[in-house]
Amino acid sequence: MTEAVPSYLSPTGQEIVFLLLGAMAVGSALLVVTTRQLVHAALWLVVCFGALAGCYLVLTAEFVAWVQVLIYVGAVIVLLLFGIMLTRAPIGRTADLDSGNRAVAAVVAVATAAVLVTVVVDGFRNAYAPLDPGAGSAGELGSAIFRNWVLPFEALSVLLLAALIGAIVISRTDIRGRD
Amino acid sequence: MDGYFDRYAVVAVLLAIGIAVVAGGLFVNRLLRPDRPTPEKLTTYECGVDPVGDGWAQSQVRYYVFAYLYVVFAVDAVFLFPWATVFAAPGFGMTTLVEMFVFLGFIALGILYAWRKRVLAWT
Repeated sequence: MTEAVPSYLSPTGQEIVFLLLGAMAVGSALLVVTTRQLVHAALWLVVCFGALAGCYLVLTAEFVAWVQVLIYVGAVIVLLLFGIMLTRAPIGRTADLDSGNRAVAAVVAVATAAVLVTVVVDGFRNAYAPLDPGAGSAGELGSAIFRNWVLPFEALSVLLLAALIGAIVISRTDIRGRD
Repeated sequence: MDGYFDRYAVVAVLLAIGIAVVAGGLFVNRLLRPDRPTPEKLTTYECGVDPVGDGWAQSQVRYYVFAYLYVVFAVDAVFLFPWATVFAAPGFGMTTLVEMFVFLGFIALGILYAWRKRVLAWT
């Protein structure tokens, strides 16, 4: 992390691609919250997650990038679209999609972003990590998970189980609780 | 470093070719076909009968479980890949094998619950 820092004034191709992908992610994320069509919000989220996957790819974290595509672009968006389709939400333009808390929400979002950016800038300041392809491969992640992060990994299975049982109980109206 | 991005350049080229084939096919089709739209022709195709109601139908909540089962299997598969690369490596061995089967066991419990509650039955 403490190598000679190359100049920021002559960015390499990868850095330019990374910045463009970042701009794409932020722009589509803004569209997610400002669009007036609920389904379009979910579809803009696909673009946002896809740009994020591209960022991981440029940072040579191949496995993370493809997991991002599989889980977020694939599974989470399907779940989200199903969630929208289950409700009686209208598909077309809706004028009353904006809640009255808009200004407060914007303040909270800007404040959160300010805290995160400050922490990251303060924490890493001039740190420079050269990109070595292979550091984000499946093998490296596997040894990290099964050496250091086994407990969160097992806790995740319990979380998935709980959510699955919850989904079943909610979707089956004939399963009654004890009264 | 350069080798890594060169490999992905191949992926990008393949993607571009794929898009070009599909877009080119549609474009050539547009050039060749006659184009005389009428309001009847432009209505949504719905098995040959006139479309009824809105394009929006509220779907049943029971399909949510199928979507969620897909999420469970996707997360499951994502952890199987890194596990498969390391469990035979020196320093991992039996413990890692058991850890993965504990994980799979919990998820299997969920599938078993779904099966016992007849969620997977198609009736």
